[in-house]
Amino acid sequence: MASYLIRRLLIGIPVLLGVTVINFFIINLAPGSPADLYLSPTATPEDVARTEAELGLNQPIFVQYVRWLTQLLHGDLGVSFQNREPVAQLIGDRIGPTLLLMGTSLVVAYLIAIPIGIFAARRKNTAADYSVVGASFLGISVPHFFLGLAVIYLFALQFGWFPTGGMLTLGRGGGFVDRVEHLVLPVTVLATAIAANMVRYVRSSMIDAFGQDYIRTARAKGLGGFTITNKHALRNALIPVVTVIGVDLSALIGGAIVTEQIFQWPGIGLLTIQSIGSRDYSVLMGINLIAAIAVFAANLLTDVAYAVVDPRVAYA
Amino acid sequence: MTVTVKSDTPVETPDSVTAALGRERSSAGLVVKRFLRHRMAVAGLVIVVLMVLIAICAPLLAPHDPNRIFDSFEAAPSADHLLGTDAVGRDVLSRLIYGSRVSMSVGVGAVAVYVVIGVLLGLLAGYYGRWVDLVIMRITDVFMSFPYFMVILILVSVLGPSLLTIIAVIGVLAWPMIGRLVRGSVLSIKQSDYVQAAVTLGYSTPRILFRHILPNALSPIIVNATFGVAQAIILESGLSFLGMGVRPPAASWGNMLSEAQSITVLSSQPWIWIPPGLMILFAVLAINFVGDGLRDSMASR
Amino acid sequence: MTITKPSEEQAAPSTPDEQREPLLRVRNLKRYYPIRKGVIARTVGHVRAVDDVSFDVYPGETLGIVGESGCGKSTTGRAIVRLETPTAGSVIFDGTDIAELSTARMRRLRTDLQMVFQDPYSSLNPQIRIGDLLAEPLIAHHRLDRSGAHAKAAEMLKIVGLPAAYLNRYPHELSGGQRQRVGIARALMLEPKLIVCDEPVSALDVSIQAQVLNLLKDLQGEFGLTYVFISHGLGAIKYISDRIVVMYLGKVMETATTAEIFARPRHPYTEILLDAYPEPNPHLRDRERIIVEGDVPDPAKPPPGCVFHTRCPYAQEICKTDVPPLTTGVHQVACHFPLAIEKLATEKAVS
Ligand SMILES: Nc1ncnc2c1ncn2[C@@H]1O[C@H](COP(=O)(O)OP(=O)(O)O)[C@@H](O)[C@H]1O
Ligand SMILES: [Mg+2]
Repeated sequence: MASYLIRRLLIGIPVLLGVTVINFFIINLAPGSPADLYLSPTATPEDVARTEAELGLNQPIFVQYVRWLTQLLHGDLGVSFQNREPVAQLIGDRIGPTLLLMGTSLVVAYLIAIPIGIFAARRKNTAADYSVVGASFLGISVPHFFLGLAVIYLFALQFGWFPTGGMLTLGRGGGFVDRVEHLVLPVTVLATAIAANMVRYVRSSMIDAFGQDYIRTARAKGLGGFTITNKHALRNALIPVVTVIGVDLSALIGGAIVTEQIFQWPGIGLLTIQSIGSRDYSVLMGINLIAAIAVFAANLLTDVAYAVVDPRVAYA
Repeated sequence: MTVTVKSDTPVETPDSVTAALGRERSSAGLVVKRFLRHRMAVAGLVIVVLMVLIAICAPLLAPHDPNRIFDSFEAAPSADHLLGTDAVGRDVLSRLIYGSRVSMSVGVGAVAVYVVIGVLLGLLAGYYGRWVDLVIMRITDVFMSFPYFMVILILVSVLGPSLLTIIAVIGVLAWPMIGRLVRGSVLSIKQSDYVQAAVTLGYSTPRILFRHILPNALSPIIVNATFGVAQAIILESGLSFLGMGVRPPAASWGNMLSEAQSITVLSSQPWIWIPPGLMILFAVLAINFVGDGLRDSMASR
Repeated sequence: MTITKPSEEQAAPSTPDEQREPLLRVRNLKRYYPIRKGVIARTVGHVRAVDDVSFDVYPGETLGIVGESGCGKSTTGRAIVRLETPTAGSVIFDGTDIAELSTARMRRLRTDLQMVFQDPYSSLNPQIRIGDLLAEPLIAHHRLDRSGAHAKAAEMLKIVGLPAAYLNRYPHELSGGQRQRVGIARALMLEPKLIVCDEPVSALDVSIQAQVLNLLKDLQGEFGLTYVFISHGLGAIKYISDRIVVMYLGKVMETATTAEIFARPRHPYTEILLDAYPEPNPHLRDRERIIVEGDVPDPAKPPPGCVFHTRCPYAQEICKTDVPPLTTGVHQVACHFPLAIEKLATEKAVS
């Protein structure tokens, strides 16, 4: 197991390096010079050249990459082209709301998906089971922005139960209740997709688990229904659920971008869209890198978790 | 060289054999039969076929030119404009019908690009193994590390949003799943005796890869690609919704919805945003059901 | 498994004589599979699947390779058709060492060297109709155009005893024996000189085995084929082979003509194999059986000295330290204390 861990980590080094290379070159595909953004539209070509030299933009792209990477290793993500604020600080300011949104959504999704998945598995091939499966298909098929608009239309505009967006009501100070009220709709949108996906995994792995011999043995030994469900089947349902989380971080980030835009939630997603609007490529480069490292780490964690739960994986 | 062999015992008669095997069907026939038992999958397939027909016949079906601007903007549904008009005064129903062209072409185009890339890289990695496999798998890891919606969003915005850019970007970024899938299949199929036999018969590597290995690795690719079409449709509509996809005046379901980011449209002109939203939902749902049916009917042949 | 001999007299075993050149010369063949472990997949040892194997195969004969499962028969067979690259040693076919050949040059030579696989269910591509399966070798090597190749395929199907209607069937529509006939037909399409048959009847029903063996024999006569016939059971081997190589744990224990092996086995391992084989001769039935003790050792950690000493009833001290060389000549044996030629005769007298 230890050697598997070390091997996975060693493999990760070139992968991370590849991530930085691709990230750097994506941004360098952009037409025009970032120097334009520093200057007024009336700037002369000489001004542009001077600014490019200051920023090191006139050097070969490989040299620029190495310089950027060196800075990166010192924890320096560069400064925003737009307002010269450090990118790391911009991200730092916005990461809290995003983590709050994603974390709450994940927890909610789990709380919904696991009981419903088990419920459907126990009533396999009944009307109740079919409804759960049908609903989960609906959940994975509805785009975040359509669901978002629909819940705003219904619960904010028609019924007036919740605010249409933002993280707190300006002027009301943003107490706990106020914050929760703002959180409800975006979490509903984000959690729907996660839960819909997760229900299907939980359901099918529980069905597998119920079919296993030791569950039947446990039943025969007279262990009650729920004990069995919990102790034995749940542990076996763990493996696929663990993977879902890992796979989902990528989807979760995508969902968060759209959700934050719809609800004007001041997180990383909104920052991404604002930076795209202002062509602030140094910020985008920073966000993309951080997000990729997070997904990379989640993938790694999933693999390791998989190996812990099922040691055969480590020797495959 | 015409020789007939005189064996001591007669060969098993063909009739007895087919009788023993029951009424045999080709494997494709079996898949069709199982698929048809899946009611939701069949319903999904019907919807998909209808949508493709709508996309192809858009000029015949649309009551108006989708870009024609009428005097009455933001008009509620009427006999003339069955789904009303949008903020500029264009007929919503006509735009909806033309919008299906965008969704279908992104779905098919992007998936076609990444299936080709994924299949080629997966075949190479699985068949050659060693360092070829190592390099391709690490590249796969790199691509899988990027949160796909974010990187597609950024890349499209960098390259300039358009239908072709979207197809190209999704196509170039989304291949790793297929690549891994194909590699896994190749790893097991290349050990099979029929591939070993192909080697001893002196067949060329392309012949072995494309005639003997790939056709036996097709089922998971088809299933994955089907779900991929649904994914791509969601991606495009999401990008267009954010203004980073198909740009107006061209009509796409996603950019039609983006008008609803204004509270007035959202609250008082539901005919503008609910129909395109439902179209996306139906299209994606139908394709996902088809994918599910395919997965079940192709499993364990 | 018992195969009854055909009524006609078995053809006289072709004894290798000095004048005839072997078609295939296997010399000191080794195939080791590395065992990897740890962070950087370090090689910590080797499975010695084939360990210093030498034998000759003469044109027109059938050389049987026999031994318990796992002793390296398949690996040897696969090395002959270059499905395995040998770790060391040479496989000289028709004067060319194919162990050294580049992939491209090997591809051209492959038409002369074919293989019939053990499992008829997995050796035919399930997606391809029998007709296309048989025509493909000719098309791939540009020997014939499509229609010519298909005509030839139909002809070959008839030769192996299957009706032409099967050309349009898929492999899953055929029985095991029928599939094996297709496998044999496919190997014949390129008119090879040598065919390695790796347990071609082991997966078949006993009632079908004789038919397929007879087919192989008939084809050999008609096309002047040379076979390397691999089997873990003596029945099929005895029926079809002219000469036999007995393998144990990756090494050759004994080589002789079929008649010699059965009449006068010289290696204790061969004797044990024969003993386990149901004897048709009732006089020998009640002969005291030699009990084999212990399991086959792990080929990753073969015993020192003679690999068979751990199970040999006659093992002495020297057997545990020194590897017995394979003797030369017509009857070759790798044993420090080969069984006396007269042994069998004396035993007969005792009983
Ligand atoms: N690809 C491989 N990797 C590692 N070990 C192998 C491989 N192929 C065969 N072996 C080992 O080599 C030995 C000989 O195998 P094989 O030639 O198939 O034996 P046989 O055909 O006589 O049953 C066995 O111990 C087997 O486990
Ligand atoms: Mg074998």
